[in-house]
Amino acid sequence: MSKQQNTLMGWIDDRLPVTQTYEKHMSKYYAPKNFNFWYFFGVISMLMLVNQILTGIWLTMNFTPSAEAAFASVEYIMRDVEWGWLIRYMHSTGATFFFIAVYLHMMRALLYGSYQKPRELIWIFGMLIYLLLMAEAFMGYVLPWGQMSYWGAQVIISLFGAIPVIGEDLTTWIRGDFLISGATLNRFFALHVIALPLVIVALVVLHLLALHEVGSNNPDGVDIKKHKDENGKPLDGIPFHPYYTVHDMVGIVVFLMVFCTVMFFFPEGNGFMLEYPNFEPANGLKTPEHIAPVWYFGAFYTILRAVPDKLLGVIAMGAAIAILFVLPWLDKSPVRSWRYKGMFSKILLPVFGIVFLILTWLGTQPASGMFLGLFSNGTVAVVSTIFYFVFFLTMPIWTRMEKTKPVPERVTGGH
Amino acid sequence: MSQDGVNKSRRTLLVGATAAVGAVGAGFVAVPFVKSWNPSEKAKAAGAPAKVDVSKIEPGAMITAEWRGKPVYIARRTEETLAILPSLNSRLKDPENGNKAQQPAYADNVNRSRKADLIVVEGVCTHLGCAPKYFAEVKPEPFDAEWKGGFYCPCHGSRFDLSGRVFNGSPAADNLVVPPYSFDGDTLIIGVDEENA
Repeated sequence: MSKQQNTLMGWIDDRLPVTQTYEKHMSKYYAPKNFNFWYFFGVISMLMLVNQILTGIWLTMNFTPSAEAAFASVEYIMRDVEWGWLIRYMHSTGATFFFIAVYLHMMRALLYGSYQKPRELIWIFGMLIYLLLMAEAFMGYVLPWGQMSYWGAQVIISLFGAIPVIGEDLTTWIRGDFLISGATLNRFFALHVIALPLVIVALVVLHLLALHEVGSNNPDGVDIKKHKDENGKPLDGIPFHPYYTVHDMVGIVVFLMVFCTVMFFFPEGNGFMLEYPNFEPANGLKTPEHIAPVWYFGAFYTILRAVPDKLLGVIAMGAAIAILFVLPWLDKSPVRSWRYKGMFSKILLPVFGIVFLILTWLGTQPASGMFLGLFSNGTVAVVSTIFYFVFFLTMPIWTRMEKTKPVPERVTGGH
Repeated sequence: MSQDGVNKSRRTLLVGATAAVGAVGAGFVAVPFVKSWNPSEKAKAAGAPAKVDVSKIEPGAMITAEWRGKPVYIARRTEETLAILPSLNSRLKDPENGNKAQQPAYADNVNRSRKADLIVVEGVCTHLGCAPKYFAEVKPEPFDAEWKGGFYCPCHGSRFDLSGRVFNGSPAADNLVVPPYSFDGDTLIIGVDEENA
């Protein structure tokens, strides 16, 4: 460590390990040199988190969390507050792009085995972030108090009613009323703006600390710490700063170009990001024609609907998320990256990606016709749901069975 | 620090006892935080009965009343649809009101109502709480080729007959809830069991 004496920095470092921390996590954090496109989405997720927090704070300055005033206060932000429309669209579009980044980030982990030993904890912290992010997004969607806010909340909270014995009381407790009401809105506001963001930020810190303890994985899935130079630096690693900070800047700029295009020209995302029934104030007596979640919940909603039984549907949906937590123990392959895994992985991983997209799409489609005919939405939903579970449940078998290729000693490609 | 002369077992006991007392204290402190999520007194008091004039509902028509913030469907069934109800039993999950929590005793009959033609049910799907839609006509619908009239939930496709009884193949497990109600002449009083109350 390059400790400076008799300088301001030296004075601070004697009292707070600023330089040491900076070096550990930035200038002397050695990341593999062969990162590719997929490795942009971690830092982009962080960027979206900052965007959500910053715009969120500004939105609370004009939002009124009450059943009577919430809808009007959102319109007030959109029409009367200077630049309010932009801050709100940054927040609502930000939610979508946050999930895009997180899903690609997770797919990256799946392809390159980034969850495998010794990175299980990183994966688990990541999954907890994802779980809380879903809760955060759901509660945020309730706040504008439109028709979809209301009925989305009704459906999601009713899921807890499927739990035997305590279900009904539990839903009342969550709502704080016998139906979705201002009490529900108020507590969701508190959770959305204070409780969950605090926990999410704490988990992001843990996610990064765990990552920096064991080091980043890479597209080859090889351990760069095995080959070090005479100074103990990994031969295939480069300092995160300045190399990857500058490198990531390119990804961030391209990502923000897409983000801005959507935000300025398609802020409603054709009804997938801001649903049209949500431009009507909440009405507890009338369910909209077609209730659909925003796109990023589509896959799990399809799994819920694919099971024609309330409790089993809820269990299936919960299991679909829960099974992701144990992924590090389902993959029995001796190699990390799909580059060196066998035929099953090369076929099943892309198919899983496609099936997840199909499930997501179906979740945004109407319920009518769900259970009619061959090749209807309903049939595809059931088949896709079965594939989703079979993929994970049989993973210990096919990852063990398939013939893997020899993994190189050093990373391939890179700069 | 020197550990000489430390009574380890006493220390373990003291640490354990302190932790136990602390845990009990934390449990007590949690009570107000958990309980504050329950419905407030104001919310509990908002359950006044709803009064509706039902004399103008034509056979086949339905009106929606609001009771405790929930939609309550009041529909007058035609003689044709009333006659169909008993024949549906084989297609229903709970044709004979096996789940007694879903209706008061006076509605525990095939019509699930006090007055044969007038059905009063909460418009809250027993699956996930959406408001089912009313499809009164006996004709094939996109969601059911042998539709005999009833309620269809647009959210997840649960189907109910005109007595609010759930069809097989629906995600909902229970029949629609019949709220407590009574009549004062032509006025329906939702939320009160006794006649002329």
